[in-house]
Amino acid sequence: MSPLERLARLDRRWIFLMMGILVLIPLLWPLRMEIRPTASSKTFHRAIAAIPDGSTVLMSCDYDPGSIPEMVPMTRTAMRQLWEKNCKVVVTVLWPGGPGLVDKVIEDVALADFPGKRYGVDWVNLGYKPGNEAVMVLMGQGILTAFPNDYRGHATRSLPIMQRARTYADFPILISISAGYPGTKEWVQQVQARFHLPMVAGVTAVSAPEFFPYVQSGQLVGLLGGMAGAAEYEKLRNESGDASRGMDAQSLAHVFVALCIVLGNLVPRRRAGS
Amino acid sequence: MSLHPTPDLSVWVAAFLTLCIFSFLYRDNPFYKFAEHLFVGVSAGYYIILNFWTVLVPNLGEPLLASFQGRGVVTARDGMFAASLGDYRGWLLIPALLGLLLFTRLFGKIGWMSRWPLAVIIGVFAGLKTTGYAQGDLVAQIEGSLQPLWTGNPATTINAIIFTVGLLTSLLFFFYSREPRGAFGVVSRVGIGFLMVGFGAGYGYTVMSRVSLLIGRFQFLLGDWLGLR
Repeated sequence: MSPLERLARLDRRWIFLMMGILVLIPLLWPLRMEIRPTASSKTFHRAIAAIPDGSTVLMSCDYDPGSIPEMVPMTRTAMRQLWEKNCKVVVTVLWPGGPGLVDKVIEDVALADFPGKRYGVDWVNLGYKPGNEAVMVLMGQGILTAFPNDYRGHATRSLPIMQRARTYADFPILISISAGYPGTKEWVQQVQARFHLPMVAGVTAVSAPEFFPYVQSGQLVGLLGGMAGAAEYEKLRNESGDASRGMDAQSLAHVFVALCIVLGNLVPRRRAGS
Repeated sequence: MSLHPTPDLSVWVAAFLTLCIFSFLYRDNPFYKFAEHLFVGVSAGYYIILNFWTVLVPNLGEPLLASFQGRGVVTARDGMFAASLGDYRGWLLIPALLGLLLFTRLFGKIGWMSRWPLAVIIGVFAGLKTTGYAQGDLVAQIEGSLQPLWTGNPATTINAIIFTVGLLTSLLFFFYSREPRGAFGVVSRVGIGFLMVGFGAGYGYTVMSRVSLLIGRFQFLLGDWLGLR
């Protein structure tokens, strides 16, 4: 039996095992491969850097625990960049499973790196509201109307941060960190297009190709695509987070998948030939 | 490198369930089934409770209760129906009724009444999606596609030409009213080439997304659970 014929009969569990090993090894012994930020990641970073210090920013974190490895590093890095600029951050979460997770992620960033930042003054989690696009449109009529209470049960009207966050016009930028529907696409359609609010986005890799046309057209000023985008953003900020640490494993896994595709295409050709 | 396993019991439970799910890669087994069923059950319960406390209570229950008790948002007037003063809470009875009508599907003979709230839902979303799509995608994308072929910068000029050729040939590929032969066939095949590049990029990004999930779990097992450092 030739090697290719043996390959055709290979138990797929060997592929799983190989993939596991290739992902595990660089996590234990980092290879420190170079991360080169792409243009869309640079513009994401630059867009946030360009907003006036002390601004109040709208950040929508539309994800749940299923996309933690891609979304959480982006959220953490964006929060650090915003708080270094002393910005106030109004957070919405349009996924029902997300508010608790997002609350903890931001709270952890505050505790670890910005102990002076206070809830209700420097940031607020408006939490989840059902309605998807309808919520985005409703927020255009007034943020307080759409969210009378925040995730923690406070009346939003009473929070200091909300005194200058009443409509979309009060925000210099919208940051959308999104894992699907509702998310970046809906924010572009319902808010960027209607209210002309400058917007940047961090999205899962699987959905990233869908959003590059928005970068091309200028509807999105910057875009982070998946773990690679998050790692590039960390690199631009001179940080070394979970995304950067995962990129060695990501690269080896991609080489392995490419190899599997090449070999997988050779096997049927061999069969056809014989 | 040394191990510092966490004393946090919840992390141990999460690690055990992660390993249970991973065990499916070898073959289907009772550990995987246990974790799978537990996940489905806990998710269903979690989302029901979450929706009750974060959707029904604050958006319907509390405002209606407040308006029934005559606590208006506008101090000038108490009562349920003070729409002229900006208090619409009493009107929440209408969506509440429509919401209840959705459950009529469970009762055969009056099941047709569930079509009313569905009609409202479909109507509102059709309107929102249509206007959003027209403004955010159709017009803006056509506008973004109209770009000068000569920009003065050779790199961006080449980009613009590739973009325009790709756009036109891909669009022509979907022109099914004529058989793709001759020059039209060549253009269609070029379009297929561009589409294939797009599919390839999409596949690569999909692999990245899935591998990210695996990396995330490994980081959890090595870092949060085993405390490897």
